[in-house]
Amino acid sequence: MNNRPPKRKMQKGVIKRTIKLMFAYYPHMMVVALLCILFNAVVSSLPSIFMYNVFTIVGIAAKNGGWAVYGGEVTKYMLILIGLYVLSLISGAVNKQLLAIMTQGFLKKMRERMFNGMQNLPIKYFDTNNNGDIMSYYTNDIDTLRQMISESLPQLLTSGIMVLTLFFIMLWYSIWLTLIVLAGVVSIVLVTKKVGGGAGKYFISQQRAVGKLEGFIEEMMNGQKVVKVFCHEEQAKQDFDKVNDFLCNESTRAHSYANMLMPILGNIGHVLYVLVAIIGGVFILQSVSNVSIGAVSDKDLLVFNISLVLSFLQMTRQFCNNINQVSNQINAVVMGVAGAKRVFDLIDEKPEVDDGYVMLVNAKEVDGQLVECEERTNLWAWKHPHGDGTVTYTKLEGDVVLTDVDFEYEKGKPVLHDVSIFAKPGQKVAFVGATGAGKTTITNLLNRFYDIADGKIRYDGININKIKKADLRRSLGIVLQDTNLFTGTVMDNIRYGKLDATDEECIAAAKLAGADDFITRLPDGYNTLLSGNGANLSQGQRQLLSIARAAVADPPVMILDEATSSIDTRTEAIVSRGMDALMQGRTVFVIAHRLSTVKNSDVIIVLDHGRIIERGNHEKLIEEKGQYYQLYTGAFEME
Amino acid sequence: MVKKLAKSVREYKTAAILSPIFVSLEVVLECLIPFVITLLTKAIKNEPDIVLGMNVILGMTGVFTYGGILVGLAIASLACGALSGMFCARASSGYAKNLRKDLYYKIQEFSFKNIDKFSTPSLVTRMTTDTNNVQFAFMMIIRIAVRAPLMMIFSIVMAFIVGGNLGWIFVGVIPPLSVALLLIMRKAMPVFKRVFKKYDALNESIQENVRGMRVVKSFVREEYEKQKFDRAATDVQVDFTKAERILAWNNPVMQFFFYTVLTTVLFLGSYLIMTVSGVTYNVEDISQLIVYGMQVLMSLMMLSMVLVMIVMSIESARRICEVLDEESTLKSPENAVFDVADGSIDFDSVSFKYSAAAERNALENVNIHIKSGETIGIIGGTGSSKTSLVNLISRLYDATDGSVKVGGRDVKEYDLTALRNQVAVVLQKNELFSGTIKENLRWGDPNATDEQLVEACKIAAADDFVSSFPNGYDTYIEQGGTNVSGGQKQRLCIARALLKKPKILILDDSTSAVDTRTDKMIRDGLKKYAPDTTKIIIAQRTSSVEDADRIIVMDGGKINAVGTHSELLGKNPIYTEVYTTQNKADSDKVSIGGGDGNE
Repeated sequence: MNNRPPKRKMQKGVIKRTIKLMFAYYPHMMVVALLCILFNAVVSSLPSIFMYNVFTIVGIAAKNGGWAVYGGEVTKYMLILIGLYVLSLISGAVNKQLLAIMTQGFLKKMRERMFNGMQNLPIKYFDTNNNGDIMSYYTNDIDTLRQMISESLPQLLTSGIMVLTLFFIMLWYSIWLTLIVLAGVVSIVLVTKKVGGGAGKYFISQQRAVGKLEGFIEEMMNGQKVVKVFCHEEQAKQDFDKVNDFLCNESTRAHSYANMLMPILGNIGHVLYVLVAIIGGVFILQSVSNVSIGAVSDKDLLVFNISLVLSFLQMTRQFCNNINQVSNQINAVVMGVAGAKRVFDLIDEKPEVDDGYVMLVNAKEVDGQLVECEERTNLWAWKHPHGDGTVTYTKLEGDVVLTDVDFEYEKGKPVLHDVSIFAKPGQKVAFVGATGAGKTTITNLLNRFYDIADGKIRYDGININKIKKADLRRSLGIVLQDTNLFTGTVMDNIRYGKLDATDEECIAAAKLAGADDFITRLPDGYNTLLSGNGANLSQGQRQLLSIARAAVADPPVMILDEATSSIDTRTEAIVSRGMDALMQGRTVFVIAHRLSTVKNSDVIIVLDHGRIIERGNHEKLIEEKGQYYQLYTGAFEME
Repeated sequence: MVKKLAKSVREYKTAAILSPIFVSLEVVLECLIPFVITLLTKAIKNEPDIVLGMNVILGMTGVFTYGGILVGLAIASLACGALSGMFCARASSGYAKNLRKDLYYKIQEFSFKNIDKFSTPSLVTRMTTDTNNVQFAFMMIIRIAVRAPLMMIFSIVMAFIVGGNLGWIFVGVIPPLSVALLLIMRKAMPVFKRVFKKYDALNESIQENVRGMRVVKSFVREEYEKQKFDRAATDVQVDFTKAERILAWNNPVMQFFFYTVLTTVLFLGSYLIMTVSGVTYNVEDISQLIVYGMQVLMSLMMLSMVLVMIVMSIESARRICEVLDEESTLKSPENAVFDVADGSIDFDSVSFKYSAAAERNALENVNIHIKSGETIGIIGGTGSSKTSLVNLISRLYDATDGSVKVGGRDVKEYDLTALRNQVAVVLQKNELFSGTIKENLRWGDPNATDEQLVEACKIAAADDFVSSFPNGYDTYIEQGGTNVSGGQKQRLCIARALLKKPKILILDDSTSAVDTRTDKMIRDGLKKYAPDTTKIIIAQRTSSVEDADRIIVMDGGKINAVGTHSELLGKNPIYTEVYTTQNKADSDKVSIGGGDGNE
């Protein structure tokens, strides 16, 4: 019970923010739509009044005079009624159209804000959040949000207004009968809370069971071939049945509750109707005097009469229907609020901070001086504005120095200690060590996916914290072990490295990486469409493509993190020629399991638990007969 | 298709039948309620009247009589509604359960070829999303699809009883409203179908972006990605808006017809009452008629919605039936042989392709004879069909041409289970399942004692690290085996296969993440403890096959050469090239350490 108030507060906050945003995006449409809803709701509640009038006249006319006398009056009311209906139709149609436009527009804006915000989030966010969870912002949460703004909230608003309007009309007619209806409403609210709450609870546990089953299905389908090989089918069936039966029970319970809500609410409405009828009947028969607001001006309302009770019954029915609508929508709104909250959470995530001001620019040499220029030269320079207004240009060479670097991902769990590395332009530096030794971490620091805790990293003599992140990363090419390709053609994927590359440049890069051979053998060559992260390619082929992608970017510094791990040694021999060409004249950082890949590096750095334990070239390290030697002779496992 | 899907109802048939029955009862009661309400109002009015040839009970007696009946009807209707809801929940949940079960059981029968045909993610979708869609449609059919038309019919019948000829107004309004609703649906459906595809593509591209965020950031492509996303999102928005705007006409159209009916009934009713002086109609009848009118129109609306839902689920139903209809491409023959004589393997001019449509054979005229107990190494580049070759031995696929024999008999003559129990394969893409190490190992032999597990792990060089875990053999393996390293996973998979005590053991690149020394330990262990088992080792490292009795060199789906290490080295160009690249610049012939990391 204690956590109730904050939850309410959160709901109010989220709904307020949602509505505020809607107003910000569609100020005019929102006003019109709201007016339409208001108007429509009020108009929809009015017909009962006209019906009352018509019935009254008809009641009188039936006894004396008939159509000839009262026909005109009836027609007058009918015309007003038709007029109201036409207005209600127009406002309803306008409202629905506006809602459709605004809902989709709003969802698009939210999607875009989430996506754009996400592009600026630090890598840490993606390392600490599950892909599936991030995806569900875009699928489930957006979906509940849609439900809320296009259906639940307008419906709630309409029903709410109608309930209010009807309530006043009912008071106008009879305060006594209104009180009876109110008593019925209380019981409806109680039932909704009980049954609806039960359904909500079981739907949550059903959702958990669904998650469990889907997880099981995914695991087993992925391992289906293992199941076959071990003839494990029978056992697999039994395990499945357990999870499946569990879901069935949960789902039966949840749906039973949900399905029962409507009949119960509807029939409470009927009982209420009977109650009003009986009491109304008694009042008429006993000629009980009525207490109502309307009685002040309308003498007919002073005493209970048949027309009054009939109209009131009509209103009771409408009133109950709307109360039921409200109860039905409340669950959806609660779910929508939860979804909206998650969407806002993603939007509110703190973006990656970038205080860098040193920029990477095209340069040319004029009289031995570096000068910035617009056109693409093959010369790059760091543009360094200083506090006194002067600007200096430093040639981009690929000189990377790490001095006494410490780093930890989580507080108290240091990953790197006192790491110092010097990479001269054009040198190849290799990192070797067990999983968790800190190899990939170093590359994460170079391109500032993470920031160091202590020490300094200098790039061409500039502290990398001063360099704009985008420019820093542009100067570093990276090929990762987990290749990620994007939906599009092979050519598109290579061009990802340099968006304005010509086809010829892309093909040249593919040739350099040794990928041209297999690409030309694909059904549509360079125009072959890749989807699902290049599912139709082998892991080795994907790696070749990602090497080609880095090659076309042509950066001065390259980081190869297990870039060739899935290429078999024969193919690697072919690729290695391309790789050698690719590394020519660049500073390269290599991480590899396969020591044959790192052997010809200028410097090999052996890491163990975040410390550099050995450093030197292959011959030197073999001679020292230390850790590297042991790794190299296979005495240690690299995992 | 319907017949096929209906088969899965089984034990929920009673619930599936009871649900519509109670729905029907509920509808009847609901339609009677306004009728009794009219009687009640007539009693209130206290004027003599005859309904259905009976005198209306007047005054308070009438009020209580009809009020009592009404409350009784409401309670009965509540009971029927609640019961139908419960039966519907049970039937639809149970149906979905059975459907999933049928799919799952069917997939268990699938051969590798069947699995390849559908692909794993598609099988997962069929068992989850598609089943949910069909379940939803099923629920609609046994409840709403029964309720709506019944409600419509009863309401019209009641309208005729109460209103006489005025009932024709309702009948008259049905065709134009149906046409209008159908037109809207027909216009909206294709747009929806198109937009759902685009929507899926949009979500897919988000997923790609999330997964590849390191690449995006490394190449500084944030802005490019935003633009790409904006284009796709706008496209989806435009189409969705179009579809929703069409659908948004549903409500006004509905209202239009409702208002038309209402005003017509009211006006005509009033006119008739006044001209015929309240004999045929009176005020109560009119308000009752209006209620029936609303019910008719609401049912029509519901019916049209159910129709859309059902149409939308047809695609899912079709996809489910595709799986249910799929016949396993591999079946045990009748009069199957259960005894595998020994571990000898013969390939007699075997050719193989993965599908009839494939242009190239994966294996081309392969001939090789392997004696029981022999150790065979297989070396070859990516795509040289090493895996395809060994997959034929345990009949994971059938040879397209020629015959594969195990223990002197064609593999097609064996019972599949018997054959696979004797031919253990450690797959290249091996998987551990969530559960303890013990549970995972017992896949090999459910009845293995703890000692046997330890023994197998010792041979596979896994005992050391398993014992070093705090929980030892009871250590829980996470889904996908993410909490053990690649090398550890591979060794556990070997131990699991060893527990089968097979006559033939196939290691398909199963030690790639294991260091060379451990690799050698495993091979020595196999030689010592399973001397009679035929061992086939596919490897990327020549060091893994050096001491094999014979080495098969594969190239482009053909056997390039067969021989011992010393026979091949220097003479076979492929083998020599692989060997030298791995041992380059190594005069003292140190083997290459570390994993080849093919995980």
